[in-house]
Amino acid sequence: MRLAWRELRRRPGRFTMATATLAVLAALLLFLAGLLDGLFLGSTGAIRAQRADVFVYSDTSRDSFLRSRITPATREMVEGVEGVESVGGLGIALVGAAVPGEEELADAAVIGYELAPRGVPAPPAPGEAWADDRLEAFGVDVGDVLELGAARIPVQVIGFVSDTNYLLQGALWVEPGTWRDVQNANRPDARVADDVVQVLVVVGDSQLNDSDLATRIDTATAELGTGTGATSSLTKSEAEFSLPGTREQNSTFNQILGVTFAVVVLIVALYFALLTLERIPLYGMLKAVGASTRQLFAGVIVQAVVVASAAFALGAGVTLLGAATAPAQLPLTVEPGRVLSTYIVLVVCAVLGSLASLRRVARIDPAQAIGGGS
Amino acid sequence: MTSPPAPLVMQEVTKVYGDGATAVTALARANLTVAPTEMVALVGPSGSGKTTLLSIAGGLLHATSGHVSVGGRDISDASAKELTELRRSTVGFVFQSVNLVPFLTARENLLLVDELRGRRGKASRARADQLLGELGLDHRAGNLPSQLSGGERQRVAIGRALMNEPSLVLFDEPTSALDTHLGEQVMGLIRDEVKGRGTAAVIITHDERMTQFADRTVHIVDGTLDA
Repeated sequence: MRLAWRELRRRPGRFTMATATLAVLAALLLFLAGLLDGLFLGSTGAIRAQRADVFVYSDTSRDSFLRSRITPATREMVEGVEGVESVGGLGIALVGAAVPGEEELADAAVIGYELAPRGVPAPPAPGEAWADDRLEAFGVDVGDVLELGAARIPVQVIGFVSDTNYLLQGALWVEPGTWRDVQNANRPDARVADDVVQVLVVVGDSQLNDSDLATRIDTATAELGTGTGATSSLTKSEAEFSLPGTREQNSTFNQILGVTFAVVVLIVALYFALLTLERIPLYGMLKAVGASTRQLFAGVIVQAVVVASAAFALGAGVTLLGAATAPAQLPLTVEPGRVLSTYIVLVVCAVLGSLASLRRVARIDPAQAIGGGS
Repeated sequence: MTSPPAPLVMQEVTKVYGDGATAVTALARANLTVAPTEMVALVGPSGSGKTTLLSIAGGLLHATSGHVSVGGRDISDASAKELTELRRSTVGFVFQSVNLVPFLTARENLLLVDELRGRRGKASRARADQLLGELGLDHRAGNLPSQLSGGERQRVAIGRALMNEPSLVLFDEPTSALDTHLGEQVMGLIRDEVKGRGTAAVIITHDERMTQFADRTVHIVDGTLDA
C-alpha cells in the first residue's frame, strides 16, 4: 500500500484525468442531490414543521390540502378517538402577494393554523402573519403590509420564521379566520365555511403507532359516510409524499443520481483497467519478487479511494461555491448528511469500479518478468 | 554437523508448453545441482530453455515433471501462495530489463523487498544502506531510476536481489544491456557480493566472456543441459 501512496504522491499526473472526470461527476451528484433536497424541503416545510403525528383529510380529497374539507362534526369525532391527545385545524391558500415597493408578485402560501408548529410562534392577531424568510428574497420585510391575491386582502408581516414553506411558496402563517378571508375572497369557487378547515393535525398518545392511530381515526369517522365526513388519515411521512409532484420528483432525481453513480463505477473500472494493462510488466516484476495479488490489489483500492476522495473534495468545493452564489429562488440545499452519504456512495462506487481489475491483476504471471510464462 | 542443503536441486525436470500436436518441450529431463556459494553460468542460444529453467528454479513456473528443491524445500507441487513466500524469503532475482519501480528511489527499491515481507524499520533501512554502500551507490540512494545510468540501475537491481538475504540468486542476462567494460565490472561485483555472502547464483548469459567469473559453466541447447 505504501507503493500505491508513493505512486500517487510522485506521479500525480497519472491520476489527474480520472480525478478531474470524477470531480465533475461529484459536483453533478451534489448539485442534483442539492436540488432534490431543496425541492423536497422547500415543498414540505409546512408539513415537516408540524408537531403532529397524523394528518386527517376528507376521504374524497385524494389527500390534497386544497380539495380537503373537515367539518366541525368530523373534528368532534376525531377528538373523541381513543389515543388522540390534541387536534388543530390547518388550511392553505396559494396566492400572489403584492409586496410594497416591488413590481413582481411574491408566491405565497397563506397557512391558517391553530397548533403552533416547530419554530412558529402561536397564531398572530387577525390581519397579521409570521412570514417564512424565503419571502425576504422577494423584498418582504417586517412591518410590510402585503396584499394577498386578486382581492388584495391586507396582511402585515410581524416577523420571520424558517423552513416552513409549502410547494416552494413562501409561507405566511396566520390565524384561521384570516386564512378563510383570503381563501374566500380569492377563491369564491372554493369557499370554506366558518369552523371548517382543510386538514386536521393530530397529536396522539406517544405509546401509539402513528399508522395505528390513523387507522383508528378513519375507522371512527367511517360511520359519517363517504363524502360526508369520513376521513383519510396519513402519517407525517405519508403526508409529505402526498404533496403534488413530490413523490415523482424524488423518484426522478433518485434515478438520475443512480445512473450517475453507475457512470462513476464505469469510469473507475475503465480507468483502473487501463492502468492495470499498463502496469502488467511492473506487477509481473513485483509478483516475481514476492508481492501477492492481495498486496497489489490493496494498492489499487487505495488509489481508487484516494482518487475518489480528492475528486469529491474538488466537486464539493465547486458545488458549495455554486450554492453560495446561486440566486435565492433556486431551490438548492446542501445538506451535511447528504454530502456525507454522497461521499460514502462515491467511494463505494470507486471501490466497486476498481474490482473490475482484480481478475486481471490476479492473472498476471510473475514469469513474465523474465520473459517466461505460458 | 550437517552441511547446509543445496540451494538448488533439479532432478529430471521437464517443461512442456501446450499439449497434443502443438506441444513444445522447453526443458527436457534437466538435472542441475548448485552448491552453497557456487556461481553457475548458464549459456545457450535464444530459445534453448534458459529462461524456462531459471523460472522453474525461482518458483515462477511449475515443471511439467521432475523434482525441484530450493534451499532444501521441495517446490515441485507448491501452491501459488507457497511459491510467493519462497520468492519473498529464499530467492533473489535480477532481470534482464532491470525492472526497477520507476517512481521509487534506489533506496526505496531495495526497501520494497522488505515491505512486501511486512518488515520495516531501522534494520531494513540499515541493510539497504549497507548494500547500496557496498555497490558504490550510497551517493545515489535518493535518486529515481530515471536519474541513474544503466550500470547504476543494474547495481540497484543486484542490491534488491540481495535484500532478502537469499540462498539463491538468479540473474537473467545481467550484462546484456551493458558494454563489455561495464559488463565485466558488474560481473565482478556480482561475484564479490555472491561469494562474500555465501549465496549461490545461476547466471544466464549469451556472452561467453562473462563465464570466466563463474565457478562452472553449463550449456543448454534445445532444452537439454550438457551437465
